[in-house]
Amino acid sequence: MNRSGSRLAALAAGTALVALTLAGPASAQANGPIKIGVIAEATAVAGSSIPQAAQLAADEINAAGGINGRKIEIVSYDNHSSAAESVRAFQRAATQDHVNAVIASYISEVVLALEPWAGRLKTVTVTPGAASDVITQNIAKDYDHLKYMFHGYATSTSIADATCAATKDLLVGQLHMKTAVVMSEDAAWTTPLDAEYVKCLPQVGLKVLDHIRFSPDTTDFTPIFNKIEGEKPDVIMTGISHVGVQPTVQWKQQEVPIPMFGVSSQATNSSFWNDTNGATEGVLYQGFSGPDVAVTPKTLPFVQAFAKRFGHTPSYCGYTAYDEVYYIADAIKRAGSVDPDKLVDAMEKTDYVGTIGRVQFKGKDTPNPHALKIGPDTITGLMLQWQSGKQVNLWPAKVANGKLKFPSFIKIGSSN
Amino acid sequence: MGSEARRDAMTVFWQILIDGFAISSLYALGATGFALIFGVSGVLNLSHGSLMVAAVVAAWAAGDSLHAGPYMGAAVGVAVGFSLSLLTYFVVVNPLQRTRKIREEEKEIFILTATLLWGIMIQQLIAYFYTDNAKTVAPIVQGVVAIAGVRTPSNEIFTAIVCGLAIALLWLLVNRTRAGKAVLAASMNPRGITLLGVELSHVYVAVWAIYGVLVGVAGVLLGMFLGISSYSAGPLTASAFSIVVLGGLGSVPGALVAAYVVGYLETITAYLISPAYRTIPALLLLILVMYVRPRGLLGRR
Repeated sequence: MNRSGSRLAALAAGTALVALTLAGPASAQANGPIKIGVIAEATAVAGSSIPQAAQLAADEINAAGGINGRKIEIVSYDNHSSAAESVRAFQRAATQDHVNAVIASYISEVVLALEPWAGRLKTVTVTPGAASDVITQNIAKDYDHLKYMFHGYATSTSIADATCAATKDLLVGQLHMKTAVVMSEDAAWTTPLDAEYVKCLPQVGLKVLDHIRFSPDTTDFTPIFNKIEGEKPDVIMTGISHVGVQPTVQWKQQEVPIPMFGVSSQATNSSFWNDTNGATEGVLYQGFSGPDVAVTPKTLPFVQAFAKRFGHTPSYCGYTAYDEVYYIADAIKRAGSVDPDKLVDAMEKTDYVGTIGRVQFKGKDTPNPHALKIGPDTITGLMLQWQSGKQVNLWPAKVANGKLKFPSFIKIGSSN
Repeated sequence: MGSEARRDAMTVFWQILIDGFAISSLYALGATGFALIFGVSGVLNLSHGSLMVAAVVAAWAAGDSLHAGPYMGAAVGVAVGFSLSLLTYFVVVNPLQRTRKIREEEKEIFILTATLLWGIMIQQLIAYFYTDNAKTVAPIVQGVVAIAGVRTPSNEIFTAIVCGLAIALLWLLVNRTRAGKAVLAASMNPRGITLLGVELSHVYVAVWAIYGVLVGVAGVLLGMFLGISSYSAGPLTASAFSIVVLGGLGSVPGALVAAYVVGYLETITAYLISPAYRTIPALLLLILVMYVRPRGLLGRR
């Protein structure tokens, strides 16, 4: 063979080799595991349940045969509660580890940082616990790019509405309260929460006397409680998640005579009683799950399986992370493919009864596309109270298993 | 209307006075230990905050896993602070002080960096095993009392008393006992004291042991009063550091005074301006003092 011929042969061989290498992984992927990346705050009490619940769901699905024979593999990343680390983890998950979907975080700032990347890297991403309305408002503004984002938890506005509904029955109806002070941490998720509180509380009969937003780094809540007490409201309407132990313990130590009601996401953890050494007695908090509350037929079996495997009950975002693995798998099955755009179409048609209710997403022409539908036919939420070491559900009445009870230092009806 | 406003102002005044005193006493205890270590052994221990966090988490864990009562939990916390402090000396500080592989002039930086890394390791270990969620310690004293009409948790008064006792005991130890006087002398002139036949290494161990108790007590009290999380390690070290610099590096009385200045500045800011800005005036003061009087309020060097 002459020189140009040998060069041609080398080129052909090289091209064939490259083609084989490229074809190789692709064909391996078609039969390989379906990878779901989980980016979460593994050292935070709430966040640690996310990868655990996801793994539980994956193992259950795999034991039942997987999705069309393909197994689900959970790839876990600890983001140390940092948005910057989450973005790096996401980039790695999508470009190196080739995940087909991502379940990410319960912190709104993290999810908002990941949202544009879900668009750039065309990866379906669902959050099990963040609440900011902006997540889905962004999808409305730029649907074609951000349609890969799904909000697998209630928006702050719908959480506030659910809290107001419980307020109407419990605080106004039963306790005849008239005034409230809103107290929230200054974070992305509380901006729409507080705005909705200020709107819906007067509609159910509570006048909002003041609205206090404190830095999430606050460690000494004495000045804040003293200020609130000076205004003499009947109830403190809370919006706290990043903090929980410290304000609760200090509320009890100072014997602030005003009950706390509203959103306190750390109070949803079963370890909260021990974390606060019982100071949480009497604190009322909104949630979507509670011990021994059979919201759906799947709720209690999930809790038992989780507790058996991990030694403690799941945090609130464990329930949603578990459901998310299931309905992502279901969407892949219905789409018949892991192609991102086909997966988005299938996800939008989700109608899945999970552990917290019936999961359906709002449509692309609503103000909050891909947000969970909250309501009597889908997901209602609960209102629970810590009593003597137990989390008791008080609302809605049909799944209530207790009555309102307050510690002795609380004075009901202290407004003048 | 006028008397109502005056009554509210009086209430706020007493609240600031009492709350500020409790916080300042806590700061004083922590900063005193920090200043002692620097004054005597020349080490800026950047794992200070982590040691406090470790003491609190140990006290909490004793209550949680071993079902220990508040006294037992507090004792466990102090014991852990004590042990970790000695561990810090024997594992991190002393080997670096004695090694021949590092030049004398560079040893301070190496030790500083080593304590920083050590602190981060402790902090991350705690976060790994116990999560970064805030922990509180079951208070030894519960309930409230009224001081000048202001409802105050008895725990705050307990905190202030214990801090005061600890600092008074330290003063007695340093000024009235022979061992304590050796420590004081070592802080002034290490070489001089060896001429008197005192084993310098014994002095160092004693100082780190005292520091361990101080840090353990301060941590446990902070845990009972406000609660602590592994995130607090950095800010606690920074707070002790800035108080000690404000008071004058190496001056323990200076650290005491500075602690009350910083504590009250923070409290006044939190009540009268906003809790979100509480750390800012103290930092501004630090910058001002560094500019006008770099050796600090009562500094010697």
